[in-house]
Amino acid sequence: MLGAAARLRDAGVLGLNERNTDFIMRLNPRRYYPRVDDKVLTKELALKAGMAVPDLYGVIANQGEVRTFPGIVENLQSFVIKPAAGSGGDGILVVTGRSERKRDCFRLSSGEIISEGEILYHLSNIVGGQYSISGNPDKALIEYCVHFDPVFANVSYQGVPDIRVVVYRGYPAMAMVRLPTRASDGKANLHQGAVGAGIDMGVGVTLNGVLEDEIVDEHPDTGALIEGLEIPHWNFILESSAKGYEVTELGYLGVDMVIDRDRGPLILEMNARPGLNIQIANCAGLRNRIARIDEIHNKSAEPAERARIARREFKLERGIQ
Amino acid sequence: MKQRYVYVLAALLAVMGLSVFMYKWQVLGFPLGEDQERPVWTIEAAVGFESGPGSITAQLQIPALTPGFRMLNEHSVSRGYGFGTDYGGGGRVAQWTIRRADGDQKIYYRISVYEDESVDVSDTIPPFPPMPVINEPLKTAVDVLVKDARDHSADTASFTAELLRRVNAPSPDANVELLLSEVSSEAEFVGVITKVLASARIPSRVIHGFPLAGRQRSARLVSWLEVHDGDQWLYFNPATGEEMLPDRYLVWWRGNEALVNVAGGSNVEVDFAIQENQFDAVAIAETQAAQLGASSVDFSLYSLPIQTQAVYSVLLMIPIGALVMVIMRNLVGIDAFGTFMPVLIALAFRETKLLWGVILFTLLVALGLSIRFLLERLRLLLVPRLSAVLIVVVLLMLFISLTSHRLGLETGLSVALFPMVIIAMTIERMSVVWEERGASDAMRAGLGSLVVAVAAYVFMGMSWLEHLVFTFPELLLVVLAMVVLAGRYTGYRLTELQRFKALRLD
Repeated sequence: MLGAAARLRDAGVLGLNERNTDFIMRLNPRRYYPRVDDKVLTKELALKAGMAVPDLYGVIANQGEVRTFPGIVENLQSFVIKPAAGSGGDGILVVTGRSERKRDCFRLSSGEIISEGEILYHLSNIVGGQYSISGNPDKALIEYCVHFDPVFANVSYQGVPDIRVVVYRGYPAMAMVRLPTRASDGKANLHQGAVGAGIDMGVGVTLNGVLEDEIVDEHPDTGALIEGLEIPHWNFILESSAKGYEVTELGYLGVDMVIDRDRGPLILEMNARPGLNIQIANCAGLRNRIARIDEIHNKSAEPAERARIARREFKLERGIQ
Repeated sequence: MKQRYVYVLAALLAVMGLSVFMYKWQVLGFPLGEDQERPVWTIEAAVGFESGPGSITAQLQIPALTPGFRMLNEHSVSRGYGFGTDYGGGGRVAQWTIRRADGDQKIYYRISVYEDESVDVSDTIPPFPPMPVINEPLKTAVDVLVKDARDHSADTASFTAELLRRVNAPSPDANVELLLSEVSSEAEFVGVITKVLASARIPSRVIHGFPLAGRQRSARLVSWLEVHDGDQWLYFNPATGEEMLPDRYLVWWRGNEALVNVAGGSNVEVDFAIQENQFDAVAIAETQAAQLGASSVDFSLYSLPIQTQAVYSVLLMIPIGALVMVIMRNLVGIDAFGTFMPVLIALAFRETKLLWGVILFTLLVALGLSIRFLLERLRLLLVPRLSAVLIVVVLLMLFISLTSHRLGLETGLSVALFPMVIIAMTIERMSVVWEERGASDAMRAGLGSLVVAVAAYVFMGMSWLEHLVFTFPELLLVVLAMVVLAGRYTGYRLTELQRFKALRLD
């Protein structure tokens, strides 16, 4: 057992306790949490910093406003409903269209038909705080539904694949792409059964995938190869996530981005407690990279400069293995 | 930097807790184990006499310095008499006084003592005794005896032993016979020996006391010889010359003073009765601490009303449960619902006992969960839905109690002891996780909660631990130190070794 722990340590694997005490508590002051925990605020801050985010159609802040929902979506074919303070992708509803026959019914990304009444109930639950981290009353966001870039079409089952970048003190340290599966119910969340695939930071090409802590080569639903996909706009993605540090001032930050077919990479949300599965997806420990960033850290470096350094430092050496 | 503060704080807390604990354990004698009893002897002296016409003053020698024993309490039973104790020549004296009394009188003095090895004679070093005035022909006999004994000995101890051997010889010589010719009691015999020792300029005295053993109706005083060798008092068996004290020998008084002295009364008699009882060790320690004036006892939980004590004996185990929680969550890495839910469930297990606790808990959650899924269809708002689940839980508890009562399973009644609000919240959380993350995640976290609850129950149910924490609540500071340390534990959790196994460097 001690031997196993020593071997993990040698591999530079970051554990939950160490993440919580040495990074989250030290680098993420609690007063900055609302910047990432409230998605409405995140969106405002990101827009102010000139970052691209999905358009916000409307916010439902209390029970009384729930009935304004039909008005908000009146002219929309597709949209996403999410809790402002949700965690782990819970409570997100992706509406991709309207029912042909019944005007007040909607089609979800899973293909299911859902009535307006059911959506109103879902909104009430969100506002009541069912999905909020703290259990307090919450707000519901209605925003642009991303039409994801075809590069991931073969390796995702419904839902929207997204890219998670862990940013340490402003430097992108590690990244992965999260691919929805049938098991994850279209959600891009690893502990709900989505596939995670590490990314070579240097070139933006996917490595092999991980499903439930096990390494997989193929997408479990589509059977397509996960490795070797080239992620478009890779440099822009790294620069945007590096900029996330300026926006939130959180030293240990997870930035979630999606690549829209038409609008390119958009910031979906940011996370003050990014999970550790990214290490499994990359088959690499975070601690070594964090130590390297501490070495080269330069307070005055611009986001673009930091992204460039990250590409240089964390490029994988091919052909050695 | 911060890390060091944590270590310092934890060390400080642990040292504080442990030092108070050590003080109470070692100095005040609080027992480590539970239900420990120690023998306590109660010696009762009954003084009987016929009162004369005038005022009466009765004096009784009572224990003062008692090597090997500590006094638990003493009191006098004497109707109408004034009572006081004072220090006299042979130790302490109890004095009863009354202006007028009629007929036969009986007054009692009662003392309770228990064994304590640490009690030593801290008597002063006596001066060399003056040469006793002894008339001829006894003087010659004493001088010869002293000279003989001195010639055959090296120091005070061996001198005393030699002297005792000579006076106890089966066929004593003429000098000894002459010396002992008027001796009629054991005390007088020892008195003569002290006189001989005094003429050899050796301080000595008679001690009177009881070897304590079991129950004695009328205990007989045993006289012993105490000799000072310049450094310390030595004890000799006057009948054999052996240097020892009888087992559990309680010194009642020292010297040649009479045991009892009643002015204004006649036909004085003293009877001793000894009673051995088993006494709670904690109570003894408390009394002792009160005598020492230790303030820690003022804050002892044993001073609370019994009912409050019962509450605290449970409450004090919650930190232990919390510690188990911390270990299971942060060191082992088990998923569980709610931060302290398992501890509260473990508290309920204390009443229901483990097997029934697990069965009832599982039954309650399973039934609640299935009804919660029915409620989901009604699309209730969050707070009304939670309240509905709570009411359902209460109804289920009622149902389980009634059903099991009908079936003759009285243990089922104890379901009422489960914290219903906590159960309702657990059911709600579990159902949300079930919908969001799937049944397997919900089951895993539910099972994790149960495992942690059982672990917490096992530790919280250890009765010796309960006794320890209740008698030494300062140990909670040590628990606090452990929790603080665990709060800065940055190593891997046990489950992470499995989770990240693909990343291990081999």
